[in-house]
Amino acid sequence: MMELDPLLLSRIQFAFVVSFHAIFPVFTIGLASYIALLEGLLYRTGNLAYEQLSRFWTKVFAVVFGMGVVSGIVMSFQFGTNWSVFSYASANFLGPILAYEVVTAFFLEAVFLGVLLFGRDKVPRGTHLFAACMVALGTLISSFWILSANSWMQTPAGVELRDGIFHVTSWTEAIFNPSFGPRFFHVALASFLTGGFVVAGVSAWYLLKGKAPEASRKALQMCLIMLAFAAPAQLLVGDVHGLNTFKHQPAKVAAMEGVWETTDGAPLLLFAIPSQSQERNFLEIGIPNMASLILTHELNGTLPGLKEWAPEDRPNMPIVFWSFRVMVGIGLLMIIIALWGAWLTWRDRLVESKRFLRLTSLMIPLPFAAVLAGWFVTEVGRQPWLVHGLHRTSEGLTPSLTGAMALFTLTGYITVYAVVFIAGITFLVRIIRQGPDQADLSEDLPGAHAKRPFSAADDKTMA
Amino acid sequence: MELIDLTLIWIFIIGFGVFMYVFMDGFDLGVGILFPFAGSDEHRDVMMNSVAPVWDGNETWLVLGGAGLLAAFPLIYAVFLPALYIGVFLMLAGLIFRGVAFEFRFKAAPEKRRPWDIAFFGGSLVAAFAQGAVVGAYIQGFEVEGFSYVGGAFDWLTPFTVMTGLGLVAGYTLLGATWLIMKTEGELQTLAYRIAGRMVVAVLFVFLLVSLWTAAAHPHILERWLEHAAVLWIFPTLSLVAGVWLWRGLGHRAEGTPFVATLALFLLAYLGLLISMWPYAVPPHHTFWDAASSPDSQLFTLIGLLFVIPIILAYTAWTYWVFRGKVRIGEGYH
Repeated sequence: MMELDPLLLSRIQFAFVVSFHAIFPVFTIGLASYIALLEGLLYRTGNLAYEQLSRFWTKVFAVVFGMGVVSGIVMSFQFGTNWSVFSYASANFLGPILAYEVVTAFFLEAVFLGVLLFGRDKVPRGTHLFAACMVALGTLISSFWILSANSWMQTPAGVELRDGIFHVTSWTEAIFNPSFGPRFFHVALASFLTGGFVVAGVSAWYLLKGKAPEASRKALQMCLIMLAFAAPAQLLVGDVHGLNTFKHQPAKVAAMEGVWETTDGAPLLLFAIPSQSQERNFLEIGIPNMASLILTHELNGTLPGLKEWAPEDRPNMPIVFWSFRVMVGIGLLMIIIALWGAWLTWRDRLVESKRFLRLTSLMIPLPFAAVLAGWFVTEVGRQPWLVHGLHRTSEGLTPSLTGAMALFTLTGYITVYAVVFIAGITFLVRIIRQGPDQADLSEDLPGAHAKRPFSAADDKTMA
Repeated sequence: MELIDLTLIWIFIIGFGVFMYVFMDGFDLGVGILFPFAGSDEHRDVMMNSVAPVWDGNETWLVLGGAGLLAAFPLIYAVFLPALYIGVFLMLAGLIFRGVAFEFRFKAAPEKRRPWDIAFFGGSLVAAFAQGAVVGAYIQGFEVEGFSYVGGAFDWLTPFTVMTGLGLVAGYTLLGATWLIMKTEGELQTLAYRIAGRMVVAVLFVFLLVSLWTAAAHPHILERWLEHAAVLWIFPTLSLVAGVWLWRGLGHRAEGTPFVATLALFLLAYLGLLISMWPYAVPPHHTFWDAASSPDSQLFTLIGLLFVIPIILAYTAWTYWVFRGKVRIGEGYH
């Protein structure tokens, strides 16, 4: 009989609930800014195409944000329920940071969201625009704090450990810890890429279907111009982030690059099957010296191999190695699509190129996969530590937690989230199928449900 | 050494935040609990729309409660959550279902709304019960060694906590009903008056029962009550006065008074609880001062919160003002 291990189950549970949660904000951060931009353009130009777009994307936003909120509430209790020793040890730093996130970001988002969703006809236009900006600002401030907290766990600074408890010695050093800057810009760009590719993909699909052509062309062009800058910029920021990780968490980089033995002039592996038990890779395909060149800026630079660390101090190489490749692969694909789209926009051939439109609409799920893969790289790569080098994951577990309790909640969360996710996706697909045009026409449709007060993502033409 | 007692200030701030949560999410959870009693789908639309623009902000106070405890009283965070592990999960699952129901219910086809009606009701009910059970568990105390909970998974679930759970369900239902009295009219308002009337009796009865039970089970609390009876008599008396005020308000068909009177009842119960438990944060052993984070962390957080919380209160009040007035059938927020 296999013993239920509360540590393993808690890790799976945290990975599950945080991954589930992460896909919503990464989309809404970008989308909130886009809606604010649309509201701003509407305010300045009075062009109703912007209102059409804003109304439509606000509906999508409402559903996605709703799922983000409820799964986010879960996150604020996870630390305490499953990782109480870690919570207690790191509370002096993480507590204030999370409290600041709540008061400077969550309230701003949540309260102004009500006005954004339900207040269009209740407040002056300028005020509605202001509400849209506050929601967008809230999402960005939120990412500032949460990434500071996460970065501190990766590269702790500004604290000292006394009797198992972290005490803050410098707030500036702790908040702006060494990996915070690169990570913040990396994630912020990822949010804009995600929002941009979803809006672009949906707009491209509408153009293929001939739905709301004017608004869709406008939306697609706006996105492509932004993406043509953001996608290549992500490559540069990602590189800076990688160098930062190489400096502060070399074991993680060794896992990312698939390096077991310390190597001078290490190759950039395009493919390999790392074996943890044999401490080697199979079927390696690589570009000679490239990894050393990227990380040390020298062809024969030295890359420390994972064997430099004792087995119990190593992250899981296969997960980190492959997640990294998924992320980078999708990132490169994004650059190609974005540049191609910008070129088509410039030549004014965007609408004719069916192949581009089809490909762009197929891109919709990919940024989410890239974001999750990226988080897998950085979080699995931090193991076996909760606070890198200072507090082990196994130390942080709640002592009173039994395997049965952890299994109960893990199963519970999976069930609850499956229901919510399936329903949410079904409704999103329905909203997107319906599209901006029809939604506007339906305002005046007669019928039993046409005049009822509905939610923001109201669907009046549903049979 | 220190001129000001930061921990004392923090007790006030967290106390305020938790009360804001109980009161604000209380009425929208209450509306959820009342969902099956509405006579028609149209009434359910109105009920949901009366809280749709504000529920998200209301629930954020819960997140502040969590993060605030971690920041100022990490011991409470690190003992309550493990001790209430199963209950916390049930509460969160409830909040998830009722939270998504706001969006999903209106988007489902009319014949497929039923599951989301049930999700909204069931989620609200379970969350309210679990929160009430937390109150009971706090009075009951926790088995702690050093700074960790060492009790079992279901220590929190006792006849006493079941009663406090049901008590809070009744309390939230009363809040929800008096909120609906304010925000609706006609048939739905009449229903709200009728339910509120019954709930006043239920809530006062639970007050009495919890007080007697607490006195019987925890001699030191009874001792404290008797010792300070000269001052503490004010709590049952004022509660009774608030109850009568509420009752008369309902009788006169007043629209605002019942809600305000309910708020007064909640406040009295809340203060009464804190005074009875004082100064224990994690009874029976740890006080708020034992549970506190480092003074430096308390101060760092305090400085920001003192600036930001008034701003939050201001814009929250503003949105309530934007969405003031009655919610009517066939009149949406478009």
